[in-house]
Amino acid sequence: MIEANAVYVIVARELKKFVRERTRLVSTIARPLVWLFLVGGGMSRMIPASDGISYMQFIFPGILGMTILFSSIFSSISIIWDKEFGFMKEILVAPISRFSIVVGKATSGMVLSTLQAVVILAFYPLLGLKIGLAEVAGIILVSAILSFAISSLGIVLASFYDSYESFSVIMNFIVMPMFFLSGAMYPVKLMPDVLRFFTKINPLTYGIDAIKHLSLPQGAGVMGTDFPFLLDLAVILASAVIFVTVGGKSFERKG
Amino acid sequence: MQIISVENITKRFGNITAVDGITFGVEENSIFGFLGPNGAGKTTTISILCTLLDPTSGKAFLNGHDCSTESDAVRKSIGIVFQDSSLDKDLTARENLTFHARLYRVARAERKQRVEAALEFAGLQDRADDLIKKFSGGMKRRLEVARGLIHRPKVLFLDEPTLGLDPQSRAGLWEFITELPKKHEITIFMTTHYMEEAEVCDQIAIIDKGKIIASGTPQSLKKLVGGDVIYLRTSDNTKAADTLQKLFGLEAAEKDGEIFISTPRGDSCIPSIIREIGDTVLSVRMQRPTLNDVFLKLTGKAIREEIQTAGNDVKETVRSYRRRHDRG
Repeated sequence: MIEANAVYVIVARELKKFVRERTRLVSTIARPLVWLFLVGGGMSRMIPASDGISYMQFIFPGILGMTILFSSIFSSISIIWDKEFGFMKEILVAPISRFSIVVGKATSGMVLSTLQAVVILAFYPLLGLKIGLAEVAGIILVSAILSFAISSLGIVLASFYDSYESFSVIMNFIVMPMFFLSGAMYPVKLMPDVLRFFTKINPLTYGIDAIKHLSLPQGAGVMGTDFPFLLDLAVILASAVIFVTVGGKSFERKG
Repeated sequence: MQIISVENITKRFGNITAVDGITFGVEENSIFGFLGPNGAGKTTTISILCTLLDPTSGKAFLNGHDCSTESDAVRKSIGIVFQDSSLDKDLTARENLTFHARLYRVARAERKQRVEAALEFAGLQDRADDLIKKFSGGMKRRLEVARGLIHRPKVLFLDEPTLGLDPQSRAGLWEFITELPKKHEITIFMTTHYMEEAEVCDQIAIIDKGKIIASGTPQSLKKLVGGDVIYLRTSDNTKAADTLQKLFGLEAAEKDGEIFISTPRGDSCIPSIIREIGDTVLSVRMQRPTLNDVFLKLTGKAIREEIQTAGNDVKETVRSYRRRHDRG
């Protein structure tokens, strides 16, 4: 059972806090821009454009994926902070279902991450990309689904930890590998088999591939897409449903 | 009418028994004190009544609802002030209260007015839009109590409400708490290990090592340790002791130059003593038994001292067990 009032207040609280924390706002927007222009800009001098796609254009979908990954995980990990500082108890004793709490948290992550993805998306004309309005709308929709899926994954992770020391474990052993094994920085096609296996079980890969479908010219060789668009959509939708369900279950347990 | 009834509840964490077959009831609109040292099982019992934990065996009912199967109905009937603050420090006082009102579905028409009333009640109207970060311990507790009342619960749980507060804030908070049952028709269920604070309770249950070892009113519990003790310093202690023995049948003993006698009603006894041997008395003082003496008598230990450390060990084991087994 999902209570609308619970989802609403949880999302409203997260948004309010997000807007209030200027430093977090600046750093979440700055990180992807640094990667795009400093790393992407530098690397594109070494890596020649192929089939009309420059390296900077190639990593643009990956940078959107990165924005969503970091922002969604960070948003869900705030559950650990809430537990540590006691606020979670206020939510847990309220007459609302555990599943509403999880959906509320995942929706907060979705709203925040999608907003940030939109800010980064606005830079596409600078990279010489030509994206139509329908595609822009499509990218925003894909971003929203992907954000919901990754925020839910973050909730599942957060349910295993209850101190903020675990934050660096999650960052180093889950978030960074997820980013590098997603086809964000180098094409999945060029990866060795072992790494390609991990890439294929990573939901972020499919989200980024879907954005590649919508932003890069079609049929673009090695820098182009790796999977059919419908498969991409199916995987991210399924991940969203699976992770939010598992997240709900992990919250329902009493001692 | 009993608003809470607990029937033979046991709660185990692995091989630790935190609560061991306790049974008790709480009368509506009274102040009920649940006393015991750290690690005695107080917080575990509260968690069961608040639907945060399920008991291993036994039943608990609150406002007629089963605490393990009707959690929503129970949660609507209770307000809770936890040991550690559960306010959002990055939100303002008003925002924390509004959040709570929405979470408990207080109708829109009434929400604003109840939030304002709560701010007034906590004496924080002029700080309503300040972040909780900037609040003192006493202000936070008052706000939490006020927040716990916004949805008009039948029972308010206060788990160690004065822990970590300075004496002045403690006194202020008690004044505030003891007025609640009359003003709001609410039952207070509180835990504390400060025995002197439990004097305000109508009923008390003392828990030690997961078992209830005594219950009753503060007065009836104090009778368990005998009566008041009168200390006298006289010009001739031996003679005074003899006279007291002869006239009142009171056995007097001597210690540190004073004689002392034990009697159920010290206050009415002193005038008669003075009348008889007043000319030899240099000083007189009387000591009433405290709940601390009750605890000392029942467990052979003072509540605050060495058992505190032992209790903390149990507490730590339970916490780490829960960390491993309950993800939520």
